Amino acid sequence: MEIDFIIFNIPVIILEQGALAAGFLASLFYIRALDLRAYGEMIKDAAIVGAIAMVLFVPIVGLVLKDRSLVFQIERSLMLVGAVAVGRLHISGAVRARVGIRILWRLALVGISETFAFFFFPEPQRNLIVLVVLVVLAIVFALEALLRSGEKLDSIGSKIMGAWPAVISRAKGRQGYLMFFLVGLLVLLPFEPFINSENPFITDYHLGTLTQTLIYILLAMGLNIVVGLAGLLDLGFVAFYAVGAYGYALITLHLGEFGIGFWWALPITASLAAFAGCMLGFPVLRMHGDYLAIVTLGFGEIIRILLVNMIDFTNGPNGMSAPRPTLMGLEFTRRAKEGGVPLHEYFDIPYDATYRYVFIYLVALALALAAIFVFRRLREMPIGRAWEALREDETASKALGINHTTVKLSAFTLGAAFAGVGGVLFAANEGFISPSSFTFVESAIILSIVVLGGMGSITGVIIAAAILTLLPELFRDLQQYRMLGFGLAMVFIMIWRPGGLIKVRRRAFVRRDSARGASNPALGEAD
Amino acid sequence: MFTIGDPLIILAQQLINGLILGSIYGLIAIGYTMVYGIIGMINFAHGEIYMISSYLFAIFLALVGLFGVSSVPVALLITLVVTLVITGLYGFSVERIAYRPLRGSSRLAPLISAIGMSLVLQNFVLLSQGANTQIFPSIYEGVLRWSMGSKDNFVQITYIQAMIIGVTVVSMIALNILINHTPLGRACRATQQDRTMANLMGINTDRVISLTFVIGAAMAAVAGMLITFNFKSFDFFIGFVAGIKAFTAAVLGGIGSIPGAMLGGIILGLAESLFAGLVNTDYKDVFAFGLLVTVLVFRPTGILGQPEVEKI
Repeated sequence: MEIDFIIFNIPVIILEQGALAAGFLASLFYIRALDLRAYGEMIKDAAIVGAIAMVLFVPIVGLVLKDRSLVFQIERSLMLVGAVAVGRLHISGAVRARVGIRILWRLALVGISETFAFFFFPEPQRNLIVLVVLVVLAIVFALEALLRSGEKLDSIGSKIMGAWPAVISRAKGRQGYLMFFLVGLLVLLPFEPFINSENPFITDYHLGTLTQTLIYILLAMGLNIVVGLAGLLDLGFVAFYAVGAYGYALITLHLGEFGIGFWWALPITASLAAFAGCMLGFPVLRMHGDYLAIVTLGFGEIIRILLVNMIDFTNGPNGMSAPRPTLMGLEFTRRAKEGGVPLHEYFDIPYDATYRYVFIYLVALALALAAIFVFRRLREMPIGRAWEALREDETASKALGINHTTVKLSAFTLGAAFAGVGGVLFAANEGFISPSSFTFVESAIILSIVVLGGMGSITGVIIAAAILTLLPELFRDLQQYRMLGFGLAMVFIMIWRPGGLIKVRRRAFVRRDSARGASNPALGEAD
Repeated sequence: MFTIGDPLIILAQQLINGLILGSIYGLIAIGYTMVYGIIGMINFAHGEIYMISSYLFAIFLALVGLFGVSSVPVALLITLVVTLVITGLYGFSVERIAYRPLRGSSRLAPLISAIGMSLVLQNFVLLSQGANTQIFPSIYEGVLRWSMGSKDNFVQITYIQAMIIGVTVVSMIALNILINHTPLGRACRATQQDRTMANLMGINTDRVISLTFVIGAAMAAVAGMLITFNFKSFDFFIGFVAGIKAFTAAVLGGIGSIPGAMLGGIILGLAESLFAGLVNTDYKDVFAFGLLVTVLVFRPTGILGQPEVEKI
């Protein structure tokens, strides 16, 4: 999707100038609030960080190897060094400042990032960066308001956010309606091109992207079981995704003549992936955190190498084609394969390629909703409690009689089954799969969705999946910075907000209604 | 390379190749094992540090050339020192940014942060230097050959490969002196045994941990420079596989033990070379990872490792 930059330019300029002014204002407040020594310390800190950054960045960023010689881009590296030093200044400022001023400091960051982007990037990307920073800041603000709604704030910030708690509590009472409305909207969304057929807002490409987002939600729910609930860091999750995708392609290729299509392949492949998960689970039962992470990483690589090298079976690096799904035996192609009936002929309507996208989207939506439902139920079930107990303290949970073998294996198995379903959907959506789709990067993306969303959380993971898959689509020019951004986000989320965007609150037994003297304790609400 | 020849020659040649590969794995593994020994976490970004050192080495060699240093040994010496220092600084910075703020948090947090850091370093290099494979100039070409019987049957070792073994031995000796015979090394060992107690005895454990990262990064830099010298090409992605392999080596030798890391590296290098030479090249990585799983299942403490006693 292209953004019209000329329209965006003016508000962006106004915003960045406003942000700079706000930052300036903040620093005035700030000097008054601090004694000079603290100010000096901040500058000293920033200077040291800047010096280290200079040594680190000038060689790699500033001197680019090309044909055994060097291309000098010193200016670029110095900009980066400057940005790091200023960023450090801001962080120490924000840490020391009061909440209200902190918000102004953040606005100043927008100004700084704009100045930085101005020198560092060419015209279109420049505005995009400011836009991304603004979007991220808006999300941070909204979440902060959400999370702090109960706390009393002592500054300007509280007055701005004062209106939030009422909105939130009103929304909470109507959560059911809200969910119903949202799901309804998502179901109706793909039919927009048929109603508005002259100038559809939603294209096939959009539907494909949204389907991919739903697949990521499904995958993230699976990994959320393993990492979020059971606390087992699985870095080879993509292996099960690959098993799902290749399982689907192979099953329909070899067993297609017996009438095994998409719908039969779905449970078969899910069980295959679950079996693979169980197989991986056995050797790693006794390992804890770090060993487990590296073994699963190795497992993911093994699967990928096998896919590349078993050319007779998987067609090696050239990949395989995967058939499209069917609806009750009806196909979504213009002309059916022998024996098949295309959908548009059956219903006697004109052929439209969009039908297929709509159908896969709806299937993915249904499966993603099912995954969310299953995850929700699992979390409440005894097995879910056992996973969480195991995550918190393995020894104590063993002492309480939890069989850690079955509990760990079930986490791996169920998580892998989710990934298997995701793999089938991926193959059906793309129509073509190759080993290059199943590298470690894919595992890292799914992991960062879970980590950013909040381990064990549902809402957070959905939001994170939407942000991490749709944002790079919106800002295609910045796509090359995507993995860098994911990595930075993983580091800083762990440092500043280890619970993720939406932290799962610990459940506790609370009396729901003490006034009536009812003694039945009810579970406190989670996310 | 060797052409025809009987299996014995192939075996001998593969043993030499394995020894060289193993020295590199061992050098990288030292970084993993030292960090694990002291703070009990896997530094996932370590492989990327090794990758960065390759880039730094090539960049500074080119830069020194541009400044008009024509003598090859002098240029190499300058480059070597600068690369070691800057790579060490990378190790230091990674610890400061990604790990120190997370000390004392849950077990999962530093791991995830480490994976994030590894993605950051990899993409940072990719974005600054581009995705293309870099070529390193050929210096000190030449081979030593031992003929066996006829002229076509020989075992060979290049000067650079001989140098790799030499440099590895020298660095191991230097590291051994540093750890076992200096006050700094004593502080290191004390911190490894009991961090709280070492702190109470007046050791600045934060500084020791930083030092561990710097030493580990420097060792990885030695490995990175040697491998660049040997293979004459590298890209931004070499750290990933090298990292997993070196970790395997560290586990094989017994994580936490420095001689174990070197031993594990050499065993892994030999095993991998023999497998590649005698069985199948395509699956040598699968073999290495399979070895890792086998060791972890049957002997998690490795060859020289101390069994970990979990206190409750």
